[in-house]
Amino acid sequence: MSWVTLGRMCGIAGLYTKTPALQERLGELLAGMLGQLAFRGPDSAGVAFYREPAPMGSCKVSLHCAGSTPAWDQLGFDIEQAFGAPCTPEVRATHATCVIAASAEEAQEWIAETHPELTVMSAGRSIEIFKEAGPPSEFSRRFELRQLDGTHALGHTRMATESRVSTAHSHPFWTGLDLCLVHNGSLSNHNLLRRRLAREGIRFQTDNDSEVAAGYLTWRLREGWSLDEALEGCLSDLDGFYTFAVGTADGFAVLRDPIACKPAVMAETDDWVAIASEYRAIAQLPGAEDAAMWEPEPGRVYSWESAVVAAV
Amino acid sequence: MTTGGIISDALAVDLAVEPVRSLNQRLHAATDPQAVRVLNPAGRHSIAVGLDGDHTVTVEGHAGYYCAGMNQRATVRITGNCGPGLAENIMSGTVIAEGNASQCAGASGRGGLLAIGGDAAARCGISLKGADIVVRGSVGHMSAFMAQKGCLVVCGNAGDALGDSLYEARLYVRGVVSSLGADCIEKQMRHDDLERVRALLDAAGVTDAGAEEFRRYGSARKLYNFHPDNVGSY
Repeated sequence: MSWVTLGRMCGIAGLYTKTPALQERLGELLAGMLGQLAFRGPDSAGVAFYREPAPMGSCKVSLHCAGSTPAWDQLGFDIEQAFGAPCTPEVRATHATCVIAASAEEAQEWIAETHPELTVMSAGRSIEIFKEAGPPSEFSRRFELRQLDGTHALGHTRMATESRVSTAHSHPFWTGLDLCLVHNGSLSNHNLLRRRLAREGIRFQTDNDSEVAAGYLTWRLREGWSLDEALEGCLSDLDGFYTFAVGTADGFAVLRDPIACKPAVMAETDDWVAIASEYRAIAQLPGAEDAAMWEPEPGRVYSWESAVVAAV
Repeated sequence: MTTGGIISDALAVDLAVEPVRSLNQRLHAATDPQAVRVLNPAGRHSIAVGLDGDHTVTVEGHAGYYCAGMNQRATVRITGNCGPGLAENIMSGTVIAEGNASQCAGASGRGGLLAIGGDAAARCGISLKGADIVVRGSVGHMSAFMAQKGCLVVCGNAGDALGDSLYEARLYVRGVVSSLGADCIEKQMRHDDLERVRALLDAAGVTDAGAEEFRRYGSARKLYNFHPDNVGSY
């Protein structure tokens, strides 16, 4: 028996760029990282990219259609009719991203009323979430990740342990405007916590444990907690194994549970900051051999914005 | 790689070109001592596992999971960091990591020496069964959990629950121990402890730490067998 076998389910990758040259290559670099983590999570894959912020007064939503190929052109037309500004959905495999001249809340309400066949995968100013069941390599190809630019991105490869394999069960989980969560691990008190959060008005799409962690963060942030405080709350309120990476409009945050079975490596150069489940995903990045590298300590919140790493 | 009795200059194996399995199979098949430089490890898993011979392997860069696992007789040096399970179940020989090691370094090791130049993460020397581990930096929580035999020498600090449910392994820490695990207590450094630590520091090439600076921790031997009085500690 190996003492470390349990740490090999699911893969997390995150990359924050510090230079315009790397921003252009963000998709290519993240796809390379996901490729190295494919064997940790062959069931499904997903990404959150932060790119091209919507203009002030507008929002950006990522939509998924589970059924037959939707009429995205018609959707763009409907949005233009409803909100009075042109909208061209940017189609990416089963998903599309729309910039809508409305608040994120108004846009979501309108979509729920007029297009119930669509699921909102994310909303905010710059976030775009894409996720799908199937092998990560196929995901990267179908969603043409290599074409995507942006300031930072998170990715996940999933090996399902708690619940079924579907688009909705895949990571990242959207947790609020421009916020998302990816998780490596498993939670044991998710059913109890889901019931409690549901009473607080948090809605869930699946029976997945990671979605409960995402819902927990949504609830804490709604109650006025800062992201760092909400993550620290996880240490007392979530029971189980986890390495979390949370994407924000400005950067991302990382937390490992106090037992820290689930791996995580962080690395930084003058050009980028990265987190991954394994170094071999980071080894793909330019200059990785000479990067400053460390393992995040258990039970400690790390967050970075604008390329500044801060341990709370 | 030579097949005769003479060790040639170290052969370079580039893992960007040759798969890890091929490298390992070549080393397993060799009947004579080999000297190999491993290039572009790039965090790959299972580099130089299961060696059984007087080989000298230098991994130039960072290694992934299980590097130098189950090592017998060989000397494996990694110039960078290592992922989880470094030298897991080492039987004999020497494994040297010049950088940091992730969790479970030296787990279940039965013999030989593991020397880590930087820090080791959680569970270093878990279930140790006779190997010796010298860590130049600090070790994470739950190190030497259920360790049965062998030595763990830590020049820096130790995380929480050091030596939890310890059997007869000997633990020596120079810095601060965050907390001791169940049934682990501090014990007096005796003359033979000083000699032992001195020899291990010497073997690991640590020159800036004196044996007399270390404190010794061992088993209180209260949890060996079930006793109702100890039920809260199990």
